[in-house]
Amino acid sequence: MEAVVEKKKTKKLNYKKKQGILGTLFISPYALAFLTFIVIPVFMGIFLSFTAFDLIRMPKFIGFNNYINLLTADDVFMQKVIPNTIKFAFFTGPIGYLLAFLLAWLLAQIPQKSRTVLALLIYSPSLTAGVAMGVMWKIIFSGDQSGYLNAMLLNMRMIEQPIQWLTDPKYLMTVMIIVTIWGSMGIGFLAMLAGVLNINPELYEAAYVDGMSNKFQEIIYITIPSMKPQMLFGAVMSIVGTFNAGAIGVILSGTNPTPQNAGQLIVTHIDDYGFIRYDMGYAAAISVMLLLLVYLMGKLAKSLFQEKE
Amino acid sequence: MASLGGTKINPSKFHYSQLKFYFILVPVALIMALPIVYIFSHAFKPIEELFLWPPKFLVRRPTLKNFKDLMQTTSTAVPMARYLFNSVAITLGLVFVSIVISTMAGYALSKLEFKLKKPLLILNNIALMFVGASVVIPRYLVVEKLGLLDNFLVYILPTVAMPVGLFLVKQFIDQIPQDLLEAARIDGASDLRIYWSIILPLIKPAIATIAIVSFQMAWNDAGIANLYIDNEALKNFAFYMSTLTTQTNIVTGQGMAAAAALIMFIPNLVIFIILQRNVMNTMAHSGIK
Repeated sequence: MEAVVEKKKTKKLNYKKKQGILGTLFISPYALAFLTFIVIPVFMGIFLSFTAFDLIRMPKFIGFNNYINLLTADDVFMQKVIPNTIKFAFFTGPIGYLLAFLLAWLLAQIPQKSRTVLALLIYSPSLTAGVAMGVMWKIIFSGDQSGYLNAMLLNMRMIEQPIQWLTDPKYLMTVMIIVTIWGSMGIGFLAMLAGVLNINPELYEAAYVDGMSNKFQEIIYITIPSMKPQMLFGAVMSIVGTFNAGAIGVILSGTNPTPQNAGQLIVTHIDDYGFIRYDMGYAAAISVMLLLLVYLMGKLAKSLFQEKE
Repeated sequence: MASLGGTKINPSKFHYSQLKFYFILVPVALIMALPIVYIFSHAFKPIEELFLWPPKFLVRRPTLKNFKDLMQTTSTAVPMARYLFNSVAITLGLVFVSIVISTMAGYALSKLEFKLKKPLLILNNIALMFVGASVVIPRYLVVEKLGLLDNFLVYILPTVAMPVGLFLVKQFIDQIPQDLLEAARIDGASDLRIYWSIILPLIKPAIATIAIVSFQMAWNDAGIANLYIDNEALKNFAFYMSTLTTQTNIVTGQGMAAAAALIMFIPNLVIFIILQRNVMNTMAHSGIK
């Protein structure tokens, strides 16, 4: 009898061991790529941010100097990059996110066939992400009179001179925001659409019996609380999307720095110092600030939507 | 209770009370699609229509000349077909490899017990907020150290670990009941067998989603070619396209650029239409809890 129990135990132990080996084996390829190209670069970035480094000589440790310079001596950073980033992030982040939720909610109110077509049209800009998008907008906003928008406005006599949409500091930021929101109905938008559609309809019925009387209450008391996890996923995607879209100003205007730094964001500021001035330590310090910023925003989103356990 | 009719989410058929939603959605959808329609039309415009003033939105007499010009262009050292071939090879490679490693990792993180599982899960969830642009420089140093500069593998290795992709697959596998796997185990199936004959067939929607995400990443990206590749014969189509548009003020260049943008866009659209049902199915489990 005892021997049987013993045998069972070793069998179970063996099994656990086997599972451990297979688990480690299965996770390794991903973990290896993840460590090599995401985790290690992040730590290298943190290390480099405390050095002076120009890619040729060895990095020289200089303590917090890069951060001190960034916060006290970098006029462009303080006067242009930070205000620009706040403005850009506000419009493409929260506003774009709200828009994505509203569109997802509206789409959930109509039958499936027409919903699929309309959702595809709204999602289609995300399919052109990157270069193709830049091309289209450059043609449309082109600064001479053959630019489509200029020609249209000239033709309707709303303006007299073609406007330099992409090189005039007055307009660049607005164009950047429009283009980014246009392209931001991506994976987060799809997640929220799926979230609205998967809410149990009985919840609504019960709430109406309890005296709920309109669509607005429906959204506040039923829809959003029932799809918090998707709302959070959408928010995280929106934050990351906003900061990843940072190069749009450079793509549109064709120069880095952008004309009079009008479209300079944190991401383009990094490229400016890293790949144009070869001040890698300084660029790394800006990168660390960016990562911190994104992380804090993510925390904020989590505190809004995460369910307490 | 009649009032409940108008408040239905996901209604089964059209009702005049839905008109107000269409009233907002249709214009929005049209505005979103407008630039894409413009590219379609621009790509087929003959040269005199590209020069036409005021420019017309839609093409009058469509021609394939822009595409022919694109094929025959001699502005670069290698023919266009080479860039296109590179893009196809890179895309197929990345899609295949990321499906394999994400499903393996997703299965391990969701259903297997092993050391370091917890920290890896936490790390991957933090990495959802990872902004690639912030590590361009250290990543360049890593790529250089590994000898991947001017190497075709550089298109695949640095992007193959996709935190969002793994997250979606893992969430999807979480939905598969443990009982089902236990039953298979009692019948004598090994964990490897379970992965192959139970998990993979059940998570087809999640696989489709990974396929789309990695497809878009590989097909649309010009950054890698720009940063890590010097050899013109190894560059991809997205990069080639970005070189076309540095000369946007030349009207003929516009026609070619639009044709190239269309070539970029069509595969994206076709693949999404084929897989969209699967993607929506995966997104239903996308929530962060």
